[in-house]
Amino acid sequence: MTNATNAMTKTGAGTGQDVDRSEVEPIVAAFQGRQGAIIPLLQEIQRRFGYVPKTAVDVISEKMGVYPVELYGILTFYAQFYLEPRGKHTIKVCQGTACYIMGGKLLLDQLEEDLQVHDGETTEDGQFTLETVACLGCCGMAPVMMVDGDFYGSVKTNILDSILEHYREQDKQ
Amino acid sequence: MNDRRETAAGRIMVCTGTSGISSGAEQVAAGLERELDSRNLRDAWHVVRTGDRGLFQDVLVDVIPPEGERVTYVKVKPKDVGTIVEEHLVGGQPVKRLAAGKRYDDFFATQQRIVLTNCGEIDPEDIDEYLDRGGYDALKQVLAMDPDALIDEVEKAGLRGRGGAGFPTGTKWRFARKAQGVSKYIICNADEGDPGAFMDRSVLEGDPHAVLEGMAIGAYAIGAKQGFIYCRAEYPLALKRLDIAIAQAKERGLLGEGIFGTDFSFDVSVVQGAGAFVCGEETALMSSIEGHRGIPRPRPPFPAQSGLWGNPTNINNVETFANVRHIVLRGADWYAAIGTESSKGTKVFALAGKVKNTGLVEVPMGTTIRQLVEGPGRGMAVKRLKPKAVQIGGPSGGCLPETIWDTPIDYASLSETGAIMGSGGIIFMDEKSCMVDVARYFLEFTVKESCGKCVPCRVGLKRMLEAINEIARGEGTLAHLDFLEDMAHTIQQTALCGLGQTAPNPVLTTLRYFREEYEAHIVDKKCPAHVCTDLIEFVVDEEKCTKCGLCFKACPAGAITWQKGEFAKIDQEKCTKCRSCINVCDFMAIR
Repeated sequence: MTNATNAMTKTGAGTGQDVDRSEVEPIVAAFQGRQGAIIPLLQEIQRRFGYVPKTAVDVISEKMGVYPVELYGILTFYAQFYLEPRGKHTIKVCQGTACYIMGGKLLLDQLEEDLQVHDGETTEDGQFTLETVACLGCCGMAPVMMVDGDFYGSVKTNILDSILEHYREQDKQ
Repeated sequence: MNDRRETAAGRIMVCTGTSGISSGAEQVAAGLERELDSRNLRDAWHVVRTGDRGLFQDVLVDVIPPEGERVTYVKVKPKDVGTIVEEHLVGGQPVKRLAAGKRYDDFFATQQRIVLTNCGEIDPEDIDEYLDRGGYDALKQVLAMDPDALIDEVEKAGLRGRGGAGFPTGTKWRFARKAQGVSKYIICNADEGDPGAFMDRSVLEGDPHAVLEGMAIGAYAIGAKQGFIYCRAEYPLALKRLDIAIAQAKERGLLGEGIFGTDFSFDVSVVQGAGAFVCGEETALMSSIEGHRGIPRPRPPFPAQSGLWGNPTNINNVETFANVRHIVLRGADWYAAIGTESSKGTKVFALAGKVKNTGLVEVPMGTTIRQLVEGPGRGMAVKRLKPKAVQIGGPSGGCLPETIWDTPIDYASLSETGAIMGSGGIIFMDEKSCMVDVARYFLEFTVKESCGKCVPCRVGLKRMLEAINEIARGEGTLAHLDFLEDMAHTIQQTALCGLGQTAPNPVLTTLRYFREEYEAHIVDKKCPAHVCTDLIEFVVDEEKCTKCGLCFKACPAGAITWQKGEFAKIDQEKCTKCRSCINVCDFMAIR
């Protein structure tokens, strides 16, 4: 929690500075009255804000007639949902069977060490969120990782630095 | 009819599924278009973005001239685009250097592609390409049939569910047909969550209409008007192509009201999964579509009686649906002649791990594991390392030793070995893989993905993981093995759903076939594969070291010293035990 909390204060998007109700209400309105709407609605909220803010949960609870506890139940059950803002770049390290056999765990360990975060956490400077995925489906290029939309195949631990540096540089420009 | 193809244009196909794109296929396709533009050749050549044909590590480009032979290029890089256009398209001379050779031919030689027939051959975003290859003919034919006769046909074909459990599809349909209900639903399970499995994704990306057609046929059989495709959010390209396919099918009247002028109506919506492995279990999946946590419930009642929102529901997997149209068009007898006594048809496998060729292959049921590795796989990747095991069936499956690779892959033979068919992930391992570690890997996965509803799965798997962790740290005793076996059997018998019931399989199969490896961890405090960090000394074995220096280059900590012609040395002070050196050493020289 500590890292993520720090990241939030630094990026100014902590729970204290949540989104405004007026931004959420029209999204919710579009889903009202639909059968099985809750998960698609939460997905839409996340698409819009990058995470599911507390205000959104409150508004959905009121408008859709669902207790917040049920919403949080859903949000914490599914791996896709985030309750906190994310880093600028998302690193996905594949831990599928093929990647695992070919050294994907080494990549993850090294990245955790380099970035000082664990799986699912965001770096203190808000630059990177580190995640594992069960399979990116490019087992032929194992071990594989993805930064934002870019694929990196047959990755060795000694090139991780240069990959991260690339994104840091990109941000400076 | 699409006017582009009525002209006598040539066709250039680039495989742009997720695998292709990750290898740079989009840059190649865009490069081709730019090159053709700059030469004013866009009318003469049509660039088609297809799904993946299955062979990985490669960008595949096929050139089909209006007249003359088709040429397949492999490993095409953006810089090769100019050469292909210049020499082949303009000059008429295929580029020999890039042309597919034995490796490509070997990959496809023993395959029998039914489900994958269109993958890599058509533009999945253009319904006309599907229609040109007999698309929706099966649906048209079926709508003139009696639904019961259709179900008879599917039953006679012997099609069994490709999602893992292998339940006869025709029988499932009959249950749903007989069920009483105002509205019935048909669901396509595209929540392919096994790590190392991406068969369904490739089908959805490469031939989405085949799945839609299969669903429509199923819907007609059971009497459903509404279908859902529950697809992982992690498959953005598949989701995009499904949306396009559904919109195009609706536009042509192939989905929606009064299909083919009959009174049969059928509509499909896509539901995005939100990242929970357990949602591949059918009752959890339905709970998720309803908008709840994806938690399984006891069966009976089966979905056929009380499924989605309490209505009769039929759920099949992507690959199952993709088989259906072929059975209709070519007949049950044709289909039943493929495969073995208990398992008919073909199966798509995702071949990965330590084999030379990795990718997606479709072979008749009954093909042996060895035929897979030696045929499409072209043998093990590193010759000097002994082949050790194959993991089949993902977290619900098992690890089978090289000694039984002559086992035919069919439902019955595989369950005898303790593994299962599963959805089709198949991963080859050599002596550098530790079976204790592999079992631990899958347990970690299932512990994480357990929904927590039933105690055996939630608590039991965790206890098993703790025991395995102790073994991997060298803290295990032989009693740990008895505990693991005992707990595994208890969970198998008492867990609520398929996830829990099959989760002990990786442990049970490794215990059955690789017990001595567990014992080495426990008694000798050694990990023979040099994987379990706590049991590795991180010293160079000079009897095995070939002085190649690969470890030196791989070490991110600068802990290895090496000079040409000398043994490598590891500085214990600097070593972070990251195992990068062991990973690159194919001589097992670091112990």
